[in-house]
Amino acid sequence: MRPGGVENRLRPLRSILPASSIPSAGGRISPRTDSDVSGVPNAEPSTRLGRIQDPHAAVRSSSLETSDSVSRLLPSQVADEPYPVVRSLRPDGTIEPGFDPGLDPSEVLHLYRHLLLTRTLDERLVVLQRQGRIGFHVGSLGEEAAILGSTYGVAETDWIFPCYREFGSALLRGLSLQKFIDNMFGNANDTVQGRQMPDHYTCREKCWGSISSPVGTQITQAVGFAWGAKIEGKNLATLAYFGDGATSTPDFHSGMNLAAVFKIPTIFFCRNNGWAISVPSDRQTATRTFAEKAAAYGMPGVRVDGNDLFAVILVTREARALAARGGGPTLIEALTYRMGGHSTSDDPDRYRGRDDLVPWAEKDPLGRVRRYLERHGVLTKRDEEQWITEIDNSFRRAVATAESTPQPSLSSMFDDVYANLPWHLVEQRVQLLEGPRAAKGH
Amino acid sequence: MPLMNMVQAINDALRIAMRADRRVVLLGEDVGKIGGVFRVTAGLSDEFGADRVIDTPLTENGIIGAAIGMALYGIVPVPEIQFADFFWPAYEQVVNELSKYRYRSGGEYSAGMVIRTPVGGGIKGGHYHSQHPEAQFVCIPGLKVVCPSSAYDAKGLLLAAIRDPDPVIFFEPKRIYRAAKGEVPEGDYTVPLGRAQVVRPGRDVTVLAYGAMLYEALDAAAKAQRQGVECEIVDLRTIWPVDIETILESVKKTGRVIVVHEAPRTGGFGAELLTLITERAFYHLEAPPVRVTGFDTPFPYTLESEYMPLSHRILPAVLDVARSA
Repeated sequence: MRPGGVENRLRPLRSILPASSIPSAGGRISPRTDSDVSGVPNAEPSTRLGRIQDPHAAVRSSSLETSDSVSRLLPSQVADEPYPVVRSLRPDGTIEPGFDPGLDPSEVLHLYRHLLLTRTLDERLVVLQRQGRIGFHVGSLGEEAAILGSTYGVAETDWIFPCYREFGSALLRGLSLQKFIDNMFGNANDTVQGRQMPDHYTCREKCWGSISSPVGTQITQAVGFAWGAKIEGKNLATLAYFGDGATSTPDFHSGMNLAAVFKIPTIFFCRNNGWAISVPSDRQTATRTFAEKAAAYGMPGVRVDGNDLFAVILVTREARALAARGGGPTLIEALTYRMGGHSTSDDPDRYRGRDDLVPWAEKDPLGRVRRYLERHGVLTKRDEEQWITEIDNSFRRAVATAESTPQPSLSSMFDDVYANLPWHLVEQRVQLLEGPRAAKGH
Repeated sequence: MPLMNMVQAINDALRIAMRADRRVVLLGEDVGKIGGVFRVTAGLSDEFGADRVIDTPLTENGIIGAAIGMALYGIVPVPEIQFADFFWPAYEQVVNELSKYRYRSGGEYSAGMVIRTPVGGGIKGGHYHSQHPEAQFVCIPGLKVVCPSSAYDAKGLLLAAIRDPDPVIFFEPKRIYRAAKGEVPEGDYTVPLGRAQVVRPGRDVTVLAYGAMLYEALDAAAKAQRQGVECEIVDLRTIWPVDIETILESVKKTGRVIVVHEAPRTGGFGAELLTLITERAFYHLEAPPVRVTGFDTPFPYTLESEYMPLSHRILPAVLDVARSA
């Protein structure tokens, strides 16, 4: 547990977690159009194609204007602003009154180093992929604060159930850079023995899960893990990461429902980054926010500026405190933006304009923290340059080591399928080891 | 020794496992207060409480996804899928998660559990309460697949499966839930996974069967005997990894083999069994191997006795294979 621990750092901020049962007004959800995040209060939602119709407006007005039985049976109970966006760190590096997470400057420095590490590695790994040295990378450009803030907001003994975009979380927990890079190369030192694509690492010793590519499957598992701990009376929560696209999967529904019914201490952390590969978030749902889905399950939902490290820490701690009190799960919707492609296999220029990035670049999650640190006189430009040099040096060393590490052995292909090798795998292993590839020295 | 049917034997095994190990937890639809739609978990909720015998919402993917999470934590979950026909929402969790957890994490994580589910026809259940989908699980690396045919084996295999480090799909042949009655020892014992059993020795034809169809094979064997044909019946008990040694020993002795299963023929487990046999014992075969299986149609309601590979379809196959040059 880090200094202070979660329990005594939690500040009850009742306003952060709204009551769970308030349905929302209509409108659209895409974070790239969200007026709350753009900082324009009460602005009409708009897209880059211009203003869009509120899809619920017609229904509402017709129900007022007509008196047929159908409209009376379908009442529209709406609240104006049921899920305000929690913010803490302003663009100029000052803090919203009443929303100070109370972080020590040394903590913030530590987190900022990890934000820089995550950002820098993302950029370097894309280059490695373009050079053909690794096969793939799925990055978190622009989403660093949402990822690191939420991981920091739970206890180190809480378990992380990642999607596949959270390497920053694993490194913050203590996954070694070398192990991460070994996974990017799938070599013999890779914990998962080159059995998965790059970015599918694992780190059990840091209470950090195992990554799979199917979207959403980790959500029910996160619930089960926390459920198991609850059955044994342990104070433990799980943090499940997923994107806005995952809210359309069966496991989102099943996991949210199970957690709410059984009051399971799972924090559902939705990185609403605007895109599921090429499909925008308004194709995932007709609700205006993802947070309001919580109401249908009977749990609190909260929206937070996902590019605001401090606000993400605040709401995650609040959700963790609720879980510790036996209050069960929380859904957090972090409004952020996927500044890169879905992965190195994707070309976002085919479905979005580069202009779309401009407002989000202005809300860069690193800049705000940098300005905060500069205001407090604990970070200079030179410090930052030196850190990046250090990161680059350790990255180069890790890559050199990983590249010179041999592939996993042929026989390792058969390990870990079962606890003990059954007869048919013994037979197939012999076929491989006596086959033509083995003869060539593989 | 007390006389038990398969329902009682499985119930007994669950009770013993839960008494012996506090980490064993049951979850599924209707497993709690009512004790399961077949009463397999009857009384367990009373003894172990609602925290360990969990009535879940209707969510097969949620049941298996949550069970995986529990297993990762250290619980030993025994989830129930109410009918094997309803497995499919959970198939992704089984195929992409459960079966791959140890492999994909380099051994850091594993999710040992037993998924119990009633299978098979013969209860007038139509398409959706009758299917026998073992082939859809045998083809997934990392899983073990079990299907007992007697009360004794059901108890012993289930206790072995619960203590096995790998995920096990435990198919319970519901047609013989109450009909398969026999002496079952009190207390704790296991029947090892991966071992078949020769339940009827014979020199002429090997018949491979499991679950409810074992009794159909035995019935056909009794009738064949009256016509001078001696069947050797092998009860697979564990479908995968299958006990290839016992099978080959029998086939090499008889030179003739029939596989019986309820599932449709094409892509069924019989295809795999006969391939394994022909790869390894081709020159011992004296007649073409034969499959007696469900037809390649959906499972029919009214005509289920014509669809299933019952004794009246096994007997002519046995006689043909036995007399084939």
